[in-house]
Amino acid sequence: MTAPALRLTDVQKSFGPTAVIMGLSLDVTAGSRHAIIGPNGAGKTTLFNLVSGRFPLSAGHIELHGRRIDGLPPHEITRRGLSRSFQVTSIFSRMSVFENVRCGLLWSRGYRYSFWHLLGRERALNEAAERLLADVNLEARRDLPAGLLSYAEQRALEIGITIAGGADTVLLDEPTAGMSRSEADHAVALIRRITAGKTLVMVEHDMSVVFDLADVVTVLVYGQVIASGPPAEIRANRAVQDAYLGAPVEGALA
Amino acid sequence: MSEGVVGTTATPLAAGRAGGLVRRQWPWLATLAFALVVPWFFFDWTTGRHSGFVVAMLSQIGIMIIFSLSYNMLMGQAGLLSFGHAVLLGLGGYVTAHVVTASKAGGLPLPLEITPLVGGLGGLFFAILLGYFATKQRATAFAMITLGIGELVTACALMFQTFFGGEGGVSTNRMTGHSLFGLSYSGSIQVYYLIVGWTAISIVLMLLLTRTPLGRMANACRDNFERAQFVGYDPRLVRFFQFALSGFFAGIAGALYTLTYEIVTYDTVSAPMSANALLMTYIGGVGAFAGPVIGAVLIVLLQSWVSLLSNSWLVYAGVLFILMVTFAPGGIAGLVQMHGPIWRAGRLGRLAGPYLRLLPPALLVMLGFVLVIELCSFLTIGAAQGKSLTVGHVTIDPRGTVPWIAAALLLGAGGLWLRAAMRGFAAAWSAVTDEIKAAGARV
Repeated sequence: MTAPALRLTDVQKSFGPTAVIMGLSLDVTAGSRHAIIGPNGAGKTTLFNLVSGRFPLSAGHIELHGRRIDGLPPHEITRRGLSRSFQVTSIFSRMSVFENVRCGLLWSRGYRYSFWHLLGRERALNEAAERLLADVNLEARRDLPAGLLSYAEQRALEIGITIAGGADTVLLDEPTAGMSRSEADHAVALIRRITAGKTLVMVEHDMSVVFDLADVVTVLVYGQVIASGPPAEIRANRAVQDAYLGAPVEGALA
Repeated sequence: MSEGVVGTTATPLAAGRAGGLVRRQWPWLATLAFALVVPWFFFDWTTGRHSGFVVAMLSQIGIMIIFSLSYNMLMGQAGLLSFGHAVLLGLGGYVTAHVVTASKAGGLPLPLEITPLVGGLGGLFFAILLGYFATKQRATAFAMITLGIGELVTACALMFQTFFGGEGGVSTNRMTGHSLFGLSYSGSIQVYYLIVGWTAISIVLMLLLTRTPLGRMANACRDNFERAQFVGYDPRLVRFFQFALSGFFAGIAGALYTLTYEIVTYDTVSAPMSANALLMTYIGGVGAFAGPVIGAVLIVLLQSWVSLLSNSWLVYAGVLFILMVTFAPGGIAGLVQMHGPIWRAGRLGRLAGPYLRLLPPALLVMLGFVLVIELCSFLTIGAAQGKSLTVGHVTIDPRGTVPWIAAALLLGAGGLWLRAAMRGFAAAWSAVTDEIKAAGARV
């Protein structure tokens, strides 16, 4: 059997005396769509920050395709094929939408820190950037500074930058947060389309998105996994309902 | 441009490319042409000599254009505020002085036209050395480190006599007898044309650098260094490479400084020179590539002309800087860019009236302000120098009450009038921009 795309073993994280992640172990199967849910403060975003190298671990280790990645700086982890988006939109706001996407492509296409390639002449790169722009439906906004996009458009650009580098493991942090129903539906279709064949891990609050998109759902409460399995199983899990989903949401889950 | 002729012969294609270059880059080409002919406007045909003042000023403009553009590679393009950029200019200058002297003594046939490259490599070397430390940090910490480096190198310049020559500096002689074009460089006009050449080369190279992967990632790290990490880049290395290349161009400027003055002193590495880079770049505009060019021209003109007229030119430069930072953070280039959409909509004429109405009160305020500054200056420094304040043929006594009352009146009345005029201007401006937005929405 091949190694899981992502394996977390007894991961712990404390900020000072406050333990946020307490001995978390998790396997993410390659090619699966894995949702992480849990109440506010459960440590979902912290988990992403640990996996993507933004924060150092307090204990435990993380493997990407069987190779240790904990302790590596974020750019090294990104170069190994793990890419992430941010809950609070994180784009290059003064640069054009096209430039944003192209910056996402540069490293994976081997440009490194080159100061001898003129970007305007790199046809293959520019075509790839245009294709990606079409993938996230932002062609019409191509030359606009990214900071001027609407919220939903910025979220789409965020996803575009995240997948630009061709990472095979993609972490999306609340991709549909703050969106209207129709915008969220649109985003789900987009995510489904552009993560085909990749491993997707996402943090999501919108249960309809979770049960629509995910193959596996992991429930995180107070820095620990209380349940993990296929959506149907999670939905039926009494402990999950008690701890997190609760009575008010039951209707939505039924 | 007809595409049909492409492929028949090479010439139409080449001509087409050249035509496109002229169409796109005409402001640069016009500036270059102007730079080439402008010394001749001040040529004295009776004595057959160039104006020393004008040639010196123009040379300085060229040097400062390279210097401030290299500064903007950090500030505008990478979001790195440096307080020690002069270090790279000065060290490039010192290296050049030593290499020119040594090559002459050692009989090495180094053409003088190539020596700016030597200064550039010197700047690059020290930028790699110092940048290794400075670029470990970003934002405020980076600014603090560069401030420290600036003070450190200035102190070193006074301590290590063999390389820096102490307070007296290092002098050299540019007439090495080696030139690619058989020039002696005895006169400053020949050096001026050398500066024009290297300024043009440097501008082109720095412009092209903004269009490379490194240039783009420098912008990306400026906008959001964390995101840059998550697209695979190490922001520290982006800063380091950008810093090193910036040092190369600052070194070229330093070399040209050495060739112009034939002496390098610790002033070139010191804080006031670094502040000069900041001043020129900011006033010109950090957001546009050409901004620092505008700033360099303006500041050197101010420095040269106003310092002839007044002791207080630094006060005026300082006030200009504060006004720009407060009211036009995009600098002069930013102000010009703001008018772009109005110009394209063909409505710039609508602003002519409001602008004209701003002019008289603005002039009154300026006059009042200049009067206050000059009265103060003549009361203290001027008196000590035994000078008197003359406007035309009228001598003004700074100890009298009348000039002070006049200044206060000009400032007070002009200020009130200016405020009213500015309100009118703001209304006219928003009317025009709203119209353009409405027209854009209809399309």
